[in-house]
Amino acid sequence: MAKNQVGAGPFARRPDNSAFKQQRLPAWSPSLTPHTVLSVFYGLSLICVLLGIWLLITVQNTYQLKVDYTNGSCKKCFEMRKYPANATKNCICTANFKVPKAFLGDVFFYYGLINFHQNLRRYMDSRDDAQLVGRKKSLKFPSTYCKPFAYDENGLPIAPCGAVANSKFNDSFRLVYHQLDGPAVTVPLHRRGITWYTDKNIKFHNPPTNTTLQEAFQGTAQPLYWQRPVYDLDPEDPNNNGFINDDLIVWMREAAFPNFKKLYGILNRAHALFSHGLPAGNYSIIITYNFPVQYFQGKKEVVVSTVTWFGGQNYFLPIAYLVSSGMTFIAAIVLTVIHVKVGRDGKNMEE
Amino acid sequence: MAREIGEPGVAKSSTTKKHKRRKSKKEIKTRTVHANILYDQAKGGDNPNRHYANNKIKTTKYTLLSFIPKNLFEQFHRFANVYFVFIALLNFVPVVNAFQPELALAPVVFILSVTAIKDLWEDYRRHRSDKEINHMDCLVYSRSERQYLECYWKEVCVGDFIRLRCNEILPADVLLLSSSDPDRLCHIETATLDGETNLKQRQVVRSFIDLDTEFDPLKYNSVIECEKPNNDLNRFRGYITHRNGRRDGLYKENLLLRGCTIRNTEEAVGIVIYAGHETKAMLNNSGPRYKRSKLERQMNVDVFWCVVILLVMCLFSAIGHGLWMFQYGDKRPVFDVLSPEGTDLSPVVSAIYLFLTMIIVFQVLIPISLFVSIEIVKICQVYFIHQDADLYDEETDSHLQCRALNITEDLGQMQYIFSDKTGTLTENKMVFRRCIVAGVEYSHDANARRLAMYQEVDSEEDEGLSRGGTLPRKESLTSQHSGGKAVLRSQSTKSHRRTGSRAEAKRASILSKHTAFSSPMEKDITPDPQLRDKVNDCGSQMEFMRFHNQLLSQISPDLQDVFDFFIALTICNTVVVSSPNQPRQKVRRFELKSPVKTIEDFIKRFTPSRLTSASSSSSSTSLATNRSSSHRACSSLLSSPSAESTLARLEEERGATPGIRGALGTTPACPHAGGSVAGGSDEGELRYEAESPDEAALVYAARAYKCSLVGRLADQVTIELPHVGRLSFELLHTLAFDSTRKRMSVVVRNPLTEQITVYTKGADSVIMDLIRPPAADDSKGKRQRKILFKTQNYLNLYGMDGLRTLCIAKRVLSKEQYASWLRRHLEAETAIQGREELLFESALRLETDLHLLGATGIEDRLQDGVPETIAALRRAGLQIWVLTGDKQETAINIAYACKLLDPEEEIITLNADSQEACAVLLDESLHYIQAKFLCSSSADPCAAGVFQPDYATLQFHAPPTSSGTAGPVVVHRLGLVIDGRTLAYALDKSLEDKFLAVARSCRSVLCCRSTPLQKSMVVKLVRDKLKVMTLAIGDGANDVSMIQVADVGVGISGQEGMQAVMASDFALPRFQYLQKLLLVHGHWCYSRLANMILYFFYKNAMFVALIFWYQFYCGFSGSAMIDQWYLIFFNLMFSAFPQLITGTLDKDVSADTLQELPQLYMNGQNSEEYKPYMFWMNMIDAFYQSLVCFFIPYFAYADSDVDLFTWGTPITTLALLTILLHLGIETKTWTWMNWASIAFSIVLFFMVAMCYNASCPTCYSPSNPYWTMQRLLGDPLFYLMCVITPIAALLPRYFYRACQGSLFPSPVQVGRQLDKVPLGLRRHLVNQRTAHRTPLYPLGPPFLKGCSSKITDPYSSNPKQKAQAASPICLKSMEMKDTPGSSKNPVNHLEHHDELSLPSSEIIWLTSTPLMPQMECVQLISPPSGASPGVTYQKNQESLDCPQQNILKQTCGERLSDSPDSQ
Repeated sequence: MAKNQVGAGPFARRPDNSAFKQQRLPAWSPSLTPHTVLSVFYGLSLICVLLGIWLLITVQNTYQLKVDYTNGSCKKCFEMRKYPANATKNCICTANFKVPKAFLGDVFFYYGLINFHQNLRRYMDSRDDAQLVGRKKSLKFPSTYCKPFAYDENGLPIAPCGAVANSKFNDSFRLVYHQLDGPAVTVPLHRRGITWYTDKNIKFHNPPTNTTLQEAFQGTAQPLYWQRPVYDLDPEDPNNNGFINDDLIVWMREAAFPNFKKLYGILNRAHALFSHGLPAGNYSIIITYNFPVQYFQGKKEVVVSTVTWFGGQNYFLPIAYLVSSGMTFIAAIVLTVIHVKVGRDGKNMEE
Repeated sequence: MAREIGEPGVAKSSTTKKHKRRKSKKEIKTRTVHANILYDQAKGGDNPNRHYANNKIKTTKYTLLSFIPKNLFEQFHRFANVYFVFIALLNFVPVVNAFQPELALAPVVFILSVTAIKDLWEDYRRHRSDKEINHMDCLVYSRSERQYLECYWKEVCVGDFIRLRCNEILPADVLLLSSSDPDRLCHIETATLDGETNLKQRQVVRSFIDLDTEFDPLKYNSVIECEKPNNDLNRFRGYITHRNGRRDGLYKENLLLRGCTIRNTEEAVGIVIYAGHETKAMLNNSGPRYKRSKLERQMNVDVFWCVVILLVMCLFSAIGHGLWMFQYGDKRPVFDVLSPEGTDLSPVVSAIYLFLTMIIVFQVLIPISLFVSIEIVKICQVYFIHQDADLYDEETDSHLQCRALNITEDLGQMQYIFSDKTGTLTENKMVFRRCIVAGVEYSHDANARRLAMYQEVDSEEDEGLSRGGTLPRKESLTSQHSGGKAVLRSQSTKSHRRTGSRAEAKRASILSKHTAFSSPMEKDITPDPQLRDKVNDCGSQMEFMRFHNQLLSQISPDLQDVFDFFIALTICNTVVVSSPNQPRQKVRRFELKSPVKTIEDFIKRFTPSRLTSASSSSSSTSLATNRSSSHRACSSLLSSPSAESTLARLEEERGATPGIRGALGTTPACPHAGGSVAGGSDEGELRYEAESPDEAALVYAARAYKCSLVGRLADQVTIELPHVGRLSFELLHTLAFDSTRKRMSVVVRNPLTEQITVYTKGADSVIMDLIRPPAADDSKGKRQRKILFKTQNYLNLYGMDGLRTLCIAKRVLSKEQYASWLRRHLEAETAIQGREELLFESALRLETDLHLLGATGIEDRLQDGVPETIAALRRAGLQIWVLTGDKQETAINIAYACKLLDPEEEIITLNADSQEACAVLLDESLHYIQAKFLCSSSADPCAAGVFQPDYATLQFHAPPTSSGTAGPVVVHRLGLVIDGRTLAYALDKSLEDKFLAVARSCRSVLCCRSTPLQKSMVVKLVRDKLKVMTLAIGDGANDVSMIQVADVGVGISGQEGMQAVMASDFALPRFQYLQKLLLVHGHWCYSRLANMILYFFYKNAMFVALIFWYQFYCGFSGSAMIDQWYLIFFNLMFSAFPQLITGTLDKDVSADTLQELPQLYMNGQNSEEYKPYMFWMNMIDAFYQSLVCFFIPYFAYADSDVDLFTWGTPITTLALLTILLHLGIETKTWTWMNWASIAFSIVLFFMVAMCYNASCPTCYSPSNPYWTMQRLLGDPLFYLMCVITPIAALLPRYFYRACQGSLFPSPVQVGRQLDKVPLGLRRHLVNQRTAHRTPLYPLGPPFLKGCSSKITDPYSSNPKQKAQAASPICLKSMEMKDTPGSSKNPVNHLEHHDELSLPSSEIIWLTSTPLMPQMECVQLISPPSGASPGVTYQKNQESLDCPQQNILKQTCGERLSDSPDSQ
């Protein structure tokens, strides 16, 4: 208004006759009547059913096997872990299982925890990413988020600090294949490369040091529940120690649900026996049983699985597609009926 | 317009503080002003003026330093802001925090800063305009230089002397001390203050009036004592004390107000009284109004529900968490983190903590951005309304103004419209049509023909290139004003613009409308030959008699009346004469200077009042050129001898009765006495500047009879009469018009008869009561009675004809009478206390015992398109009430003309003269309505069949049910007419319910003779009692209160000044634009905002519910799988734009269809788009959709090694897609902007997500979603979910919408389907639909068929039938209503009276006071005037003869028996 100059012509204030200002922009106005949406419904239904069938077929070619070892054959260990006093005592047990049908392709070896809430807000927050990325300062002065797992009773900073690291899963497994006609073979697993590339290389770094890793962690304490210090997590591979230990990284990626599994290893198909995957037969897992779960009525399991291009064995998605397709189809039929019965009226409106 | 908000208040408070400081020394009630030059050296030291505000204005709210604290403080007045800051601060508490604390501040900071930037920008604009204004120049007297020096406005101080030149704008409120005008007058134009474009006279302070030499500031040594600054433009009181102790009163006539423009005065000098913020103009500035719309009120209820839902969800989570913790007992699992201190938290304590945490997490549920979005959308809507070319009026070069920015959607929900009549429905272009002089009617037929011709021309112009038509007209007028004036005018316009003040600049445009009344239609009046002969006759007789020194009273009373009538027309007004060519004084060069001296004496003794200035009512200008001046007979030769003799006589008289010495300013000679033509051309054409168009019309009318006003001074009016020549009447008093008295008077001394005469002009109802009852039965008395009687009859006919009537009367005062009156009047004038009341009483004393001269009928033409607009609005289900100050007959007729009343409608008229009578009337009407419509609806259901088309149209009138306090009200085909007096009774607490019950069941209501206060009371009553949305539309000051009371006030920015516009929320150039404003823009705004608000609630609920579901899987610990960034920016950024675009641009139905099918407006009236249940439906849908969006990813990732954010990010994405597609379903029109905004939203989300996930692995603790998005984009599962989730989530809604579209389409959907039909076919369809009664509102209650629709006689537009109708068919009016067919029944009732009536209009007069004196028949065959459906008039003699109730019952009974017959 203020811009309108008085006396700049007889029609100085006349608004522009542009399509935008007069709200006459060309527009597509879809109307939602049966005969306009029917094609959409049928189309969607068709697409969904095709996708659903395809996914179903794909999922059916996957294999998965779970072995719960919390209590059964490991009852001894389970009882033992009830008492913190026994924490330092080693306990090894064996769980046997049978693979009825060969697992073809890449086979993934997971450990699973049931009823373990890694997704609690305060638990999740209880970590220090700056420390894990190897900052010296954070190593000595962990973030307040880590409280009360930031300093031990001697006042030493804990590395890695926080509840997440503190509660790291510390069972270890050895999978043994009992050949029908031969010796038991330890199934070779890739224990490295089970993390996200970005985690291993960007999110986690050891503190810079010129000497040994132990030197770097000088002046820090190991987490309360840990049996070994962080620089000595993997006695076999010195490069897998410190914050860049694969198991630690995997653990630190907090699971979304209280029942979750985490990758433990991938079948090394270099071995001739396992070049096609996991052959059918009897297997046993030799478990170093450390992680107590009885406090929270938890369970532990080992999961062996192959995956498809869209994830592990999960029938939900194909079913979801098929159900949606069905619903859409029903809706389409209802609309067709409406269209036929009432459509004449609808047409009347337009004609 | 926002610039002056609040600021005057601030300034005021600061000044009051200052005043308080001085309180000890000085009493607080007055301000004392000394001249500054006395104290110049002691700058600021002992200058008593130093405490007053200087002229520097500062309308900015902030300074650089105070901006942040002050702005924040203001923003925190908003509850929502406080709430969000509270939440953000909660985040800083470690035990409850949910997000990175800094991040949690982001939304609040964002919202606050957006508002702050907006405020800052506005403030900067104010600052710039302030600076511009402050640096304007003016001349201020400097003591040291001893001359006037150029100064900036801001340097002007109280007590400074200012010299003002022509066309300058006043920098401050100035007391006028000197003027170059010979009469010591100064003309100002107050358009910038009140929008009145006529010039106002201001007068030099009395003690300086006789200063012959130029005013010398150095000699000034007086002290002014006056009121403290106030905002009343029409009041100024005070006195000036001179050194010699003399005191003189100061009045508003002495004060020049800031912002006004000096006109017609070469130079004026004054002293500054109020400066800067203390000026009346600044104190009057008020900012835009903030109202809360109905939709927002409804929304707030749902916001409240959101809070409840939020609290329930939080409570649920808290309890869940407590229980979850409780189940682990004392042994805590490893993942249950202890408190930072290492101690265990009890379940209860952690539940409490969690409650707070959840409030933070779920904060999105309370739509923080909704408030901002609504504001943005409304601004856009206002912009579009503003830009609508259809609402632009070429004639005035103005378009719609939205003054209230936040009630656009209310326009779509109106249920009642209250309209003013004059100037709103009509053009307010007053054209003199007819007159009655001494009981003889002069019909001015030629005039009528001429007007009809104009009408034709007008319509042709409208059809053709009207642009071309109006432009030359304007140009020609400008050229008439010619030369100097035109230049000055343009200069002043420029300077107006320069001031930069919005108000000033806006009003400057009015200047260009100066020619408003000068359309030839209003100026050129063709005289009635008969009357012209009489005038000429009278003039020559008078001349003859005067020449022979006969007494003028010997002239025949008839001619005397004619003579007086025209004198009254000419002088009884406040019209200012000016010549466009020359400065004012030149027009009067011929006037004698000498009489002033003698008059001066008179003044000294008696100080005649000069209440010439504006009445409180607004007015408009007439700057017309006097074309007929060339015809003027300049036969003043004759008058001079008599003048001398009169003077001589007067001198003698003066000795005897001092004070009553008439000054006869008879013009001695016309300087160019030789030829009248020469004289006319030399003087140029006179322009009349009237306060109201009526006055101008009368003056022009008189001029047509060669009785023209040639000059007006404060104490003298010069007129020119045929044969007699120029006469100067000494103007003793002017009693200005006011709306209570409804009349104005002038007291003059007639130079011919020496009599002191009061000429009064006013509303007929008032004047007729003041007429001196005719004396005994002598012939004179008889004649008088006859005249009165005839005049009254004609007046009634005029009223029916829709003419505005004014009565002219006079009273001759004897000197004694005058003297006694004068004494008391002067007392009143000088009274300090209650002066207004005393003056009012004084006026009453004067205006009695009047002698009726005649009456005039002025036509006020209907505006273009008014009937169509009213018809459309009515079809849109709006109830239209007209509240007018006009007389009943006029109002009824205009109502017929604009199709407000339908001839087929019955009319209930309520005229009562007591409370009891009113109560009885209301009861009876109520019974009547009930009885009639109940019985009819039961009795003849098939009658409807006969009147199918009728029925179909009525079907659309589904009464607004949403608001109903007592359920649906059936609106009958009834009209209610009520007059002001009855209205006053009806508005009484005890009767208002009954009144409403009657009024609401009538289709149209007409309140006549209502005062401004009553208007607002009616609006308020309807608004409060019926709980409906009301719109008031008006154009004048008398509509202001009603406009302010209504939910939406609309002002017509027409010719009656700006008060209505200033008070309004929307200003329209013409009434007919109301149709598009309401039906199209109102509908759009409403449906857009309603949909947007619902969508907002849905969106937030859906998003928050996702997190809620997750609580079941994380031990109710308050963790969120949606990253904090997404959670916070989802509303602010990712999903914000599409809904804004849709909220701004979406059109559910096209503008054409909306206008063709006004019924669609009911959509908004009934709040169809946003019903309370819709909120809950949306909530349920939101929860369903969030379940889908949550559980599809949940099951898809169940039992996998997915981590929280790799799982949560897809959910966010899915939610975004679903929400956008949901918007897609709800969007009705897709322009490229909709597509672009949706694409932008999606792209923005992915871009932000990718950048965020790639930027810093350690910065965003506690969450750390590094590289999540990138990884997801490589995961086929992600895409698979993206396909299936929106389909599953939106299937129900899409299905529902599709079904609704065919099974039970809402009217709006039908309208949308009509949009697709090509235009021609659509028209056809619309008509067909109406004809075939396809119910647009299937659910609407069936309209109860009114009995009235049985009338088959279609009211004829054809003159033949009219003529038939006019034949005296006589009916007893009370029974008329039950004539099912006029052709059938009238015979039964023929015997009753010999009155005239039109059979087609059923009028029930329920009246306890007979409207008219009982007298013989009045017949009127109305001339075929315009589109008016003729005149119906009916008089009821015996309405009181029988108890009405009986008749009512009887009627009903008759109906029952009649109805079978009728089929």
